[in-house]
Amino acid sequence: MSATDDLIERLVVGLTPVPQSTVRNRLGLGVGIGLAVSATAMVVTMGLRPDLTSAITTTSFWIKFAFTGLLASAGAVAVERLAHPDGSAGSAGIVSGAVSLAMISLAVGQLLASAPADYRGLIMGSTSSSCPWLIMLLAVPVLTLGLWTMRAMAPTRLTRAGGAVGLLAGAASAFVYAFSCDESALPFVALWYGLGIAATTFVGAVLGRSALRW
Amino acid sequence: MRTVESQLRALMLAGLAGDAASYRALLQAVQARLRAYYGRRIGPDHSALEDLVQETLMAVHTRRATYDSDRPFTAWLHAIARYKLIDHFRDHRAQRSVSLDDWSDFAGVDETNATTARLDVGRLLDTLPVQTRDLIRAVKIEGQPIAKVSATLGLSESAVKIAIHRGLKRLAARLKRSGDL
Repeated sequence: MSATDDLIERLVVGLTPVPQSTVRNRLGLGVGIGLAVSATAMVVTMGLRPDLTSAITTTSFWIKFAFTGLLASAGAVAVERLAHPDGSAGSAGIVSGAVSLAMISLAVGQLLASAPADYRGLIMGSTSSSCPWLIMLLAVPVLTLGLWTMRAMAPTRLTRAGGAVGLLAGAASAFVYAFSCDESALPFVALWYGLGIAATTFVGAVLGRSALRW
Repeated sequence: MRTVESQLRALMLAGLAGDAASYRALLQAVQARLRAYYGRRIGPDHSALEDLVQETLMAVHTRRATYDSDRPFTAWLHAIARYKLIDHFRDHRAQRSVSLDDWSDFAGVDETNATTARLDVGRLLDTLPVQTRDLIRAVKIEGQPIAKVSATLGLSESAVKIAIHRGLKRLAARLKRSGDL
């Protein structure tokens, strides 16, 4: 009884105000630093795609950013919600499912509009063997800092919370990677970008079970 | 239920704004609710009860930023309490499965003696004057600091000490007499 009263006194002493925006600010800071690290790593080790200025005018260039950017946003919303003990991912899961489905539809549409002889090039491109790995590698800073920050919050569904951090890290990393990768076929993006993001999500979910315990 | 929610929520919002008095009142109310919550689930006499209450209080404090003022406070508190309970079960599952085969559990778990002893102390204390009894209970059984007890009763610390000393002496004398039986 008295030990608990003492504890309460210790907690009350030096109480500092906590603004409502604390969760968002801390998560934003952690993810922001991670993103800056992976963007720097991309520029330094891989370089921007050489045809960046001309690629800006193509639709597929923007589809890549829309696909990865929307998935990253859905991941960020889920991360913010699951950082609260009574939170659930809610609509963020539906949004990421819908975005993935839209991307797959666009990829299938492009395949249907092409000659079968071109299928292989559209799907495999020339960097398919490295693309998902590089996305996962570039996701490490955001994944690490994201899990670290999430752990200081109060997630109670650890697998989901870890998966949300993984989705955010993977999609943000793919967004960064798109500045370097000059593949423009939609089937390639849907498959290999999708694979890199999905694998990072999976890693996040598995790590979350143990790394997020508090 | 609704009044509890609005009351606790108001205290929490004031605490988040930095008001220590509201925050203390909140933690005290939370403490009582946690003790009842965990008591119902692991038993009110369970040795881990106090640890769980304290650990959850600490989590409530260090993670208070995750309370969203648009949502019910009791739901937030319950989610944390539940998480800590599940964590407790997860930590103790291994231990429990080992001790299932441990004979000492059957031999040693008899709490009759402890309960009888507690009853005896209670009965002995009842023979003392009310104030002495309350002082001994507060300081010697519940372990409250003398300074705090004397302050709440408006007595000097030495008066409290003397009263407790005399009361214990009388108890000892009574025990010696009943021990002869």
